Amino acid sequence: MTAVASATASASMERARSAYRAGITLLVAAACYEAVARSGYFPAALLPTLPKVASTLWALILDGTMLEHAAYTMYRVLFGLSLAVVVGLPLGILMARFRRVENFVLPLASALMPIPSLAWVPVFILWFGLGNTVAVLIVFYAALFPMLLNTWSGVRAVNPLWLRAAGAMGADEHSLFWKVIIPGASPFIITGLRQAFLRAWIAVVGAEMLAASDWGLGWVIFDAKEFLNADVMLASLAVIGAIGFVFERLVFGSLERATVMRWGMVRTAKS
Amino acid sequence: MSDLAPTASPDVLAAGAAARGESRLRIVARNAFPFLVVGLIWEITAHIGVFPRRLFPPLEEVAATFVRLTAAGILPHHVLDTLLRLAAGFALAAIVGVAIGIAMGRSRRAEDIFLPLVSIGAPIPGIAYAPLFLLWFGLGNRTAILLVAFVSAFPIIFNTWTGVKAVKEIWVRSAQAMGADNRRLFHHVILPGALPYILTGLRLGLAQAWRILVGVEMLAAVSWGLGWMIFGAREFLNTDVMLAGVAVIGAIGLALEKLVFQRLENYTVVRWGMMT
Repeated sequence: MTAVASATASASMERARSAYRAGITLLVAAACYEAVARSGYFPAALLPTLPKVASTLWALILDGTMLEHAAYTMYRVLFGLSLAVVVGLPLGILMARFRRVENFVLPLASALMPIPSLAWVPVFILWFGLGNTVAVLIVFYAALFPMLLNTWSGVRAVNPLWLRAAGAMGADEHSLFWKVIIPGASPFIITGLRQAFLRAWIAVVGAEMLAASDWGLGWVIFDAKEFLNADVMLASLAVIGAIGFVFERLVFGSLERATVMRWGMVRTAKS
Repeated sequence: MSDLAPTASPDVLAAGAAARGESRLRIVARNAFPFLVVGLIWEITAHIGVFPRRLFPPLEEVAATFVRLTAAGILPHHVLDTLLRLAAGFALAAIVGVAIGIAMGRSRRAEDIFLPLVSIGAPIPGIAYAPLFLLWFGLGNRTAILLVAFVSAFPIIFNTWTGVKAVKEIWVRSAQAMGADNRRLFHHVILPGALPYILTGLRLGLAQAWRILVGVEMLAAVSWGLGWMIFGAREFLNTDVMLAGVAVIGAIGLALEKLVFQRLENYTVVRWGMMT
């Protein structure tokens, strides 16, 4: 009992210590950056000081432009991502359940997957014009394959023993699907969703830079280059990083806790 | 990162098909069938003229463009420049990334210094740094290579670090008990033990580098390169050039994965019995 208590105590102390060290590192790095920026060795327009970046960020948030840019970007990501889920999830399940669907879709998916989504941007611009459609479609393309392939392998990886056990207990097709296959495949599906979001997040920034559309975080960064506004760029980078971090940790983390971990699926999936 | 998560691989199917004892011809036919269907639909759409021909060229036009550009030496030049850029950026990332990752895995102090920096830099999509790099390093090659290196270094660092930390303590201790000095410990225990992770990191890094490179070439106004070729063709509505370029990009992406990494893995990790 005391051993356990002291172990947790030392673990939490360890954590506090490494947080402390991380803080020191970041302070030192910030100080180095600040020293270089203030030294005047590089032009101030290219290497703005940190207080300048912070005040720019604060001003952009206060007058609402940053929020509007972020809202546009989020709208594109979430629209494209939900499109990818709506297409990828059922298709992945169909692929895993019916060999014929698998035989048709898998070769196409393996041929399209190695093409980076950004390579399609110029083609899509020609087909759909500049603007929202291109960004949403690029996000869709980027997010589709992780979703599709993870769902597919997740459904295939469902332990056949569970299927037979449920069948022996008299489960019909419908409850077999909802009570065994979907929970069984869920760790893979959630991993797929996570990867899809990461891909989508990269794709949307690139698509916004190339298919300029007046609003969006990627567009702000690219537009700021024209006016040498490095402070706006760094501020937008911080916002992009923060949103990505929040999604990765909070949204997907809590999604995982609410579903997979609660059902006790994670251990079986990883063993 | 995602190295420990369950991931999907289309190779599973090929293995399954082989196990089922299907003839090779049947497998080829089955894999070709979907492409025939899609190609046919494409051809019909293109010839009916629903969309302007300039924007939606039939496949034979794309193929003819591909042959013409290859014969003129334009396409090979673009490909060569892109590959050189990829190799330079990736080599830089591999050297720096593995070095930092090993340092982080072995030394507490290096871990304290690098981990916060890497954790802050990693979640920002690499392409978002592109304008900043353009501003700092100017248009052209240097920016493209540095950005590719910067972006692909993150997965390499993370996986190398995880790999070095995952080397079993008991291997290290038994090697030490058998009198291995630091250098031999590193060469014979830590490096082989961490190699599966390092290779995963390199693989993820290369995939990342490839995805970013195409985008960067569009933004950085390099004079040659596949990304630039596609983006430049937009100005002249040369959809056939674009589609030929996209096909080449896909083929290179596939070749990188199949020819470079699977080989490397077979020669090292599988051979040493670290992974099956």
